[in-house]
Amino acid sequence: MDTRNTKVMNRFDVTSRLIAKLKHEEAVIGGIGNTNFDLWAAGHRPQNFYMLGSMGLAFPIALGVALAQPDRRVFALEGDGSLLMQLGALSTIATLKPKNLIMIVMDNGIYQITGAQPTPAAGIADIVAIAAGSGLANSTWAADEEDFERLVEKAMSASEPSLIAVRIDDKPGVGATRRDPVQIRERFMHGLGVREPL
Amino acid sequence: MAIAEQQTSPQVTQGSSDKSWHGIVLQTLKRNEISLIPYVPDRVLTPLIKNLHADPFFTTFATAREEEAVGIVSGAWMGGRRGAVLMQTSGFATLANVLASLAVPYQIPLIMFVSERGTLGEFNYGQSLVCRTMRPVLDSLALEHHTITRLDELEFIADRSIKQAVTTQAPVALILNPLLTGGKTFDK
Repeated sequence: MDTRNTKVMNRFDVTSRLIAKLKHEEAVIGGIGNTNFDLWAAGHRPQNFYMLGSMGLAFPIALGVALAQPDRRVFALEGDGSLLMQLGALSTIATLKPKNLIMIVMDNGIYQITGAQPTPAAGIADIVAIAAGSGLANSTWAADEEDFERLVEKAMSASEPSLIAVRIDDKPGVGATRRDPVQIRERFMHGLGVREPL
Repeated sequence: MAIAEQQTSPQVTQGSSDKSWHGIVLQTLKRNEISLIPYVPDRVLTPLIKNLHADPFFTTFATAREEEAVGIVSGAWMGGRRGAVLMQTSGFATLANVLASLAVPYQIPLIMFVSERGTLGEFNYGQSLVCRTMRPVLDSLALEHHTITRLDELEFIADRSIKQAVTTQAPVALILNPLLTGGKTFDK
């Protein structure tokens, strides 16, 4: 880990920086646990989807949204432990090449919400190298906050899927997502223009 | 995808409109505007998968794991596009978590076609044990499921089940029994 020239950032800060950049009702899928707690805390938007389980499926869900709405940019926020559960999804995405999909991996090397146990990949595996090896050529570590913002801007006009990995600290999430799955889905579908509110 | 389409012969494409089980499934999907078909392959599903690849109406692709496919069609549904997942019995056995934490609580009309292994002449003990876990899982989640054994009932069951899934926003599993498909035979 220490050989990488990347600053250790904070997930809530990085998430807030991402949300501040969104101007076109981009969809954002929050992975389970702290990733979506911080998404919620960064300011609820109807285009946010909060997962309450199904660890590892933030990228597949985002891929589905991206395939359904090719003109909308779709972000997915995933933890490193969650991504390890579903590495095969990277190859699926690389094969389909949805240009409107932007994957962000929050990597602190631990299962933070369950007691900060190290993941089996901690300090060994390189997520960006795995993503690149899975066929996602446009995969990069963010060096620091400014670099993260630059990479987000670049991804918003990219013509291939992007993956941005961020080294983060072990601070817990700031908020706590309301846990009503039907309300979350319905609001999200309103936010995507698929449904009208009653 | 393009390669797979090129490799599909015109006869195979023509076969999709006939009264074979896979032709009926394809037409039923189309009639219900289900266009996104992620799958994990199965020997018995091969003609269906080939014909779906050959038909530009469908976006058909393999995923590395069945739950990934469930995530994709769930996201697509929320984005306004309908999908269905194709898998084998053993693939269904990997889905308990995603069914109980995504499809059911979020009320997503997840449409699953499951090619049934492990019954009616199964030769692989592992497959037969896995098969016996499927209906208890479906029942324990109170999920609608139908086992289709007859060609003359296929269109009715599939069409009505898809419409029910969409209108009630609930998942459905359509289990394609060897009596319908011929199943996999013990020829190695």
